[in-house]
Amino acid sequence: MKFFVATLLTALLAFIGGLKFDWWIIALAGFLVAVLVHQKAGKAFLSGFTGLFLLHGILAFWINKENDGILATKVAMLLPLGGHPYLLILVTAFIGGLVAGIAALSGSYLRKSH
Amino acid sequence: MTKNSFIFLYLLPKLFFDMRVVPFIISTAVTAGMVLALNRPWGTVPPMGKFLSPQHGFWQNAEPVDASFNEDLKLPGLQGKASVYFDDRLVPHLFADNDHDAYFLQGYLHAKFRLFQMDLQTLAAEGRASEIAGEKAVRYDREQRRLGMRFAAENALKVIESEKNSKIAYDAYTAGVNAYISSLKESELPIEYKLLNFKPEKWTNLRTALLLKMMAKMLSSGTENDLAYTNAKSVFSREEMNILYPQVPDSLVPIVPKGTQFPAPGIIPVAPASADSLYLAKKESVPELEVSKPDKNNGSNNWVVAGTKTASGAPILCNDPHLELSLPSIWYEIQIVTPTSNAYGVSLPGSPFVIIGFNDSIAWGVTNAQRDVKDYYEIKFRDDSKKEYWFDGKWVPTILRPEEIKVKGGQTIFDTVAYTVFGPVMYDKSFSDAFSKERNLAVRWTAHDPSDEGETFYKLNRAKNYDDYENAIRTFQCPGQNFVFASKTGDIAIWQQGKFPARWDRQGLYIMPGSDSSYMWQGFIPQQENPHSRNPEQQFLMSANQRPVDSTYPYFIPGSYITPRGITIDHYLSAMHDITPEDMMRLQNNYFNTMAEDVRPVLLQNVMENKLDADEKKYLDIVRNWDLMAGPDAKGQTIYQCWLDSLEVEIWQDELSRVHPAAPYPEEETTMELLKKDPATKFADNINTPNVETLADDVTTALKKASANLKKAEDSGKLEWYKFKDPTVYHLIKDLTPFARKGLHVGGNGNIINAVTHSHGPSWRMIVQMTNVTEAYGIYPGGQSGNPGSKYYDNFVDQWTAGQYNFLFFMHEIDKASNKIKWTMSFNQP
Repeated sequence: MKFFVATLLTALLAFIGGLKFDWWIIALAGFLVAVLVHQKAGKAFLSGFTGLFLLHGILAFWINKENDGILATKVAMLLPLGGHPYLLILVTAFIGGLVAGIAALSGSYLRKSH
Repeated sequence: MTKNSFIFLYLLPKLFFDMRVVPFIISTAVTAGMVLALNRPWGTVPPMGKFLSPQHGFWQNAEPVDASFNEDLKLPGLQGKASVYFDDRLVPHLFADNDHDAYFLQGYLHAKFRLFQMDLQTLAAEGRASEIAGEKAVRYDREQRRLGMRFAAENALKVIESEKNSKIAYDAYTAGVNAYISSLKESELPIEYKLLNFKPEKWTNLRTALLLKMMAKMLSSGTENDLAYTNAKSVFSREEMNILYPQVPDSLVPIVPKGTQFPAPGIIPVAPASADSLYLAKKESVPELEVSKPDKNNGSNNWVVAGTKTASGAPILCNDPHLELSLPSIWYEIQIVTPTSNAYGVSLPGSPFVIIGFNDSIAWGVTNAQRDVKDYYEIKFRDDSKKEYWFDGKWVPTILRPEEIKVKGGQTIFDTVAYTVFGPVMYDKSFSDAFSKERNLAVRWTAHDPSDEGETFYKLNRAKNYDDYENAIRTFQCPGQNFVFASKTGDIAIWQQGKFPARWDRQGLYIMPGSDSSYMWQGFIPQQENPHSRNPEQQFLMSANQRPVDSTYPYFIPGSYITPRGITIDHYLSAMHDITPEDMMRLQNNYFNTMAEDVRPVLLQNVMENKLDADEKKYLDIVRNWDLMAGPDAKGQTIYQCWLDSLEVEIWQDELSRVHPAAPYPEEETTMELLKKDPATKFADNINTPNVETLADDVTTALKKASANLKKAEDSGKLEWYKFKDPTVYHLIKDLTPFARKGLHVGGNGNIINAVTHSHGPSWRMIVQMTNVTEAYGIYPGGQSGNPGSKYYDNFVDQWTAGQYNFLFFMHEIDKASNKIKWTMSFNQP
């Protein structure tokens, strides 16, 4: 349950923060949620990671769908990811997840150290 | 030490040995490190965290395919109310209460749909490309500054600011661009900014002037060969120079119909007494070569036929300007309606007005005049400080202009450009090749002279008849253009308009002495004597970058002319009658190769078949049976062109290699005319061999050499013309190939009406029939949106490739409820 709440909260906080602040707000979101909702380090990481993986993954998937894949196909050739939009969505989700996950890890350790 | 420090020192080991603190520190450091690493660019890799973030990065540029462009905007700076109606192709039809608001909104729309290109092109014009591209652009930036691009724009700005109508239009346009830039959130920046990691700069009237000077450079800076001709002259005799680089081609069909009487010249320039010894007979080479010499294929077609030749009885006007094709396109389609004007056509993002188009009364189009309006003068500085130069027997002060070039990821470069009575000293000790340090060359270029080219378009947008048109173009100076014209009252006309120096024979073909005022331009050809024609007997007029007049014109007018397209257009238009807009569409897309019609017999008569192997014979047969159409699938065109290119090398390479560092090849038509006139020409012989080669030897060797390459092309399945030349519309940043459109199924060539080369060609095709209800068609290889994430980014490309056109919705007040309108943006004051 805690895991579920933390994950959703991270995604929600990151999304709302993202409307106003720069992209790195996702790290802060992961960190804050891990401090507020205490979990063991591994679970905290997984919450942060999953929260952002889902948020960024779903957002990118949705944007790509609305866009008929026009831009993602081109960017996936530039990066280069063989022009596969879904690979690009996966990379987008993974990087977001990683940043939030490690930030959550840090938050979890902070909570424990006090 | 303070008390706090003691506590810290006491606690530190305790903290360190607490097993949970170490991982906290490590994971925090990793988080911070990751965020920092993902927040900065690595080489050409953009800041990936930001770039990939769906709420901030490139995903935000992925426009929904069913996006709505309806908006209700309140903008400070507007004087009244205005509405912009978009049709289904995203073409804006802009209705404003006054000129100010019209150009304000044109600026706003240009910025909304094309911000990156405006920003990039004007930064580059000013010599600031290095700020975005880094070290590799430094040489380009120095050249822009040494050519005096900003100096030219500043001079133009002085005129612009002094004229009421222009001032209103440019000020409003600038305010409109900035209104959009101010409203822009970082996540809404065009994707190119995110990739290259920079931000748009505020617009100014100077930037508009810079854009127009960039056009001037593109169209009037590559039309001379002074440096290369100077080198050639050091090797070749006058007779040889006349054969290699003749002034008037035999096959010329000029813009002003042959037989037109020209009035006696209003100015007769006189050559200085020393011209023969100090200038024409001087044998000295100059090793400088320009870095960014504009493409000489920057040409165009336009023509107009009188109502007597059309099915409807109304004149039809056609225009297709040939430029480097790019995405986003150089053009943006727009209609601008105010209570006093209603103009439709294409505009240049970065400048107000419709540049090529029509209104309720007239239509106009432009092609490039190709005239030489740029000369070089050799300057002698007193010393390395460049503060003084020798002129008319005394030391005269220069004006030194310091230049600071900021370089992305590198050291700022400082340069100083000396300005003389001629203009900036482009080449000197600090800017030239290692072995040429002693030569200082100043540029005299009409683009530096104060003028306001925008005023012409302001007036053309409002012109009602021939007199208005003539009045509108009168003040246009640079780049010289062929303004073609048609009116609903049945007039057709063409003017080659520009500010052209009146030269004495061969003045400015070569570098001139800069120490003697008698070598300066003595004046300009009076405007009324510029080549023109109105309602001629032949019932049509056309221009295609050829020499505008035959040899009876009383001025010496060198240039970089292109002859064959004019011949083809003249050939077709003379024969056509009951012409419809559809006929004109076919003509703009015509592939007939006039040059090949003349060259093929020379090839076929001279080739020695018994010396050819099986492949070479096969290629010969293909050329022999070719229908002379350079269509996309024509193998004959590929083989013919390779053969001719190879033949030109056989004939000229040996002679031209005597010139250092290089001399330009003669024009194709020069070679063709020489071979037809004088098959036994001495140039056929390769001067580097003991044998005496004949034309037959050259033609045969040329085919053999070309065949080697053709075989390679054939083996990789690329013998069809379009596969061979790979027609491509590149993104403005050429490296961004996924944003380009490659391998387009389209034929043509620079000397063919449908002038598509590898990356160059008809950048806008327009056909306007001047019936009571205007009937107009147009197409350009791009799309209205500059955003690679929009479906409107390149949606015209396939149509353009297929030779199709869009019917242009020329909207009037009563059409505001039309179902052709898909979206509306309304603008109000706050």
